[in-house]
Amino acid sequence: MIANLGFGFLFIAFLISLYAIATASYGIRTRSSVFTESARIAAEVEFPLISLSVVILLGLMLSSQFQYTYVFRVISQDMPLLLKITALWGGQSGSLLFWVWLLSGVTAASFMWGKTKQMKQLTPWVVIVTMTILAFFLFMVLFLENPFERIWITTAGQVVTSFIQPAGTYPVFPSAGIGLNPLLRNLGMVLHPPMLYLGFVTFLIPFAYALASLITGKSDSQWLQVTHGWSLAGWIFLSAGLVLGSRWSYDVLGWGGYWSWDPVEIAALMPWLTATAFLHSVILEERRDLFKRWNYVLALLTFCLVILGTFLTRSGVLSSVHAFSESSIGPVFFVLIGLILVVSLGLLLWRWNQLAGSGELGSVFSRESFFLFNNILFICIFLICLTGVLFPIISEVFTGQQVTVGAQWYKSTTGPLFGLLLILMAIVPLSVWGASTVKGLGKTLWKPAAVSLLIPLVLFLFGLRSWEGILGFWLGGSALCILGFDLLRTVGARSHALHEPFLAACFRLIVGNHRRYGGYLVHLGIVLMALGIIGMEFFQVQTQVTLNKGTPVSFKQFSLQFEGLNTLTLANSNEITEAQIVVNQSDGKFFTLSPQVENYPKLSQSVTIPAVRSTLAGDVYIVLVDWQPFSTSSATFRVYYNPLVAWLWIGAVVLILGGLFAFWPANPKAVSEQKP
Amino acid sequence: MISQPSQTDSEKTAKKKPPVNKFVIGGVLVFVAVVILAVASLRGNTQYFLTIDELLSRTSGQTQNVRISGVVIGNSIAYNAESNTLTFEVANIPGDNTTIEKMGGLAEVLHVAANDPTLKHLKISYQGSKPDLLKDEAQAIMTGSLGSDGIFHISELLLKCPSRYEDSLPAQADP
Repeated sequence: MIANLGFGFLFIAFLISLYAIATASYGIRTRSSVFTESARIAAEVEFPLISLSVVILLGLMLSSQFQYTYVFRVISQDMPLLLKITALWGGQSGSLLFWVWLLSGVTAASFMWGKTKQMKQLTPWVVIVTMTILAFFLFMVLFLENPFERIWITTAGQVVTSFIQPAGTYPVFPSAGIGLNPLLRNLGMVLHPPMLYLGFVTFLIPFAYALASLITGKSDSQWLQVTHGWSLAGWIFLSAGLVLGSRWSYDVLGWGGYWSWDPVEIAALMPWLTATAFLHSVILEERRDLFKRWNYVLALLTFCLVILGTFLTRSGVLSSVHAFSESSIGPVFFVLIGLILVVSLGLLLWRWNQLAGSGELGSVFSRESFFLFNNILFICIFLICLTGVLFPIISEVFTGQQVTVGAQWYKSTTGPLFGLLLILMAIVPLSVWGASTVKGLGKTLWKPAAVSLLIPLVLFLFGLRSWEGILGFWLGGSALCILGFDLLRTVGARSHALHEPFLAACFRLIVGNHRRYGGYLVHLGIVLMALGIIGMEFFQVQTQVTLNKGTPVSFKQFSLQFEGLNTLTLANSNEITEAQIVVNQSDGKFFTLSPQVENYPKLSQSVTIPAVRSTLAGDVYIVLVDWQPFSTSSATFRVYYNPLVAWLWIGAVVLILGGLFAFWPANPKAVSEQKP
Repeated sequence: MISQPSQTDSEKTAKKKPPVNKFVIGGVLVFVAVVILAVASLRGNTQYFLTIDELLSRTSGQTQNVRISGVVIGNSIAYNAESNTLTFEVANIPGDNTTIEKMGGLAEVLHVAANDPTLKHLKISYQGSKPDLLKDEAQAIMTGSLGSDGIFHISELLLKCPSRYEDSLPAQADP
């Protein structure tokens, strides 16, 4: 049977991971390059093997083999092909297999493209670390969350799921499956989980090299050079995954928001926070030989959080207070997290004294100390998130009562810290490495700062009275002013020194310094995203109205006119109810919005599909809330005006592009030119 | 133009001690500020997590601003568009995961509790529209306060719908 083959490939992959660990260890003991080479090849073979298993599961899904538990759960015949494919990561055991597959792919790629020749000493240890993690996950897929399980029924009529036929049962061949939860039948599901998972698994590479570097006692920064691209790639994927997730939430969940501080969201945010801190502190080690120990801590911590995040995110879909109660993989995950923590901490302490960097922190207003402050802020935000997620457990230990914290707590604690990060981001491009004084910094800072003061002035004159909003816009705006000022200044200097035309100097400077200007572009993206977030947090307007035909209702600068309601039944017996609302703008133009509710009678669930009209100034976002069954003359809507939210998504695109630009292999000549 | 001020080694060593202390003090100050911020924001933003039985049997102690978890009784769901009020009933389910796991998993626990006529139902009132996932045998996690009318008025509603194979299987089974 084909499913047995899929299981068999996974089992062989599991054995090969054990083989790779054993041969790599033996190769290290005997210093035999034959054995370490064999271990490396074994690690590369994992990817094609697990790919075969994934292809088989996909085959079962696409050919509707409902006797398999996973297929029965996530596939229904009325799902289009694209969604049937995304169902691979839409359910428990499939998503775990998908995760393992990506992990093996990233590992294989790191061995194929990695500079293994330079890193001969580290490679066998990297094999051991990556294969241990892979073996853990393969074990979970094989023995705890097997996607190839079948459905059986006992003579007493009880349903059992098992890979091997239990005694006294006979197989069941259901004619249809349940299918994905309707909320997951959305385009957002196509890209959001793969991006997030890719981000997660990519951090295995810096983690593995950090551990290998600690074990071999190589106290140079080689592991950072080898893994820098991987960390950046992981960060780009993770950022994209987070943004796509919030876009899905905005498009599908119909509450007019994009981020709800749900534990599952926070679980994915935490590794992003430490990874962002890592990307910054790495620069300090490269430039100033500072923070060597700290970089190890961040690389190890990030992967720990990845495992914690995987554990939290992949188990529950929407609500998450008990997200992990559904599955038997809990104990194994705790063993894995415990093992990673103990090994990481033990190795760090063992090598602590050898890892001292030669660099020193200069003055308080130097660029290095701003980087330090940046790291402190990111770690503080991370600690707040961790405390919030663990608060029910902590409080139960101390008071015997579970106490939870709400979204408001996260907002009021992390909000000021994010604001400080914006300030820091604004100042840093103008700071200098090494010794610097507040006077020197002030001298370069005052011009763009003065220009940026126009922003709050203009906003105030235009009637904005929310001080948080004005402060936020000013912070973001001053960051933009300073970025622009710094670029003009540097381009001017280059054009003057090399006698290049201004635009050519600008182009060559940016192209020649991928990492720096990629970073600037990421910062620009953050500022734009901040614009959208400020708009949503401080200026969102919402109301609930019952609209009657022929009676327009005014909302903000719009007038809403209800045109009618119709219901149609689809071939799959789903019912779609759609309302038409004409929105008249003050300038006489108008547009029509059609919010819908799709009812899935088979699943006794409905899905609310908001209608959105998006402009750079703000979105009109309408949700159909209620209507009378036989009357089409009135219906109730929830209407939102979400100012500036489009900038959140534009900023996210800029951020990703900036990351990709920084990722682009740099021209070594240009880099050496730039270094002081 | 900014120029990098050059530093002689003697200058460096002379400056070495005080800056490090500055950084330590600065770091500690930031950390303390964050802790104060976090603790200060706890007021009014935390909720006790209770089961419905615990909430109803509370004669003393807090019944205001608590978080409870229960199973939704499908035929009790009603929405009034005029007042934008959603009402439904929930029944008790165990609070801790180990008990739930022992009783056959969350889906099973929800199914049994929703169909148990001996369980007391708690009336819920919510200002807001009906979430898509609010349906029979869904797990509801709610934050709110118990009113003197015996109705639990909630401000936050999270839902989870684990599916049971048994619900859809027998009709489709073809042994």
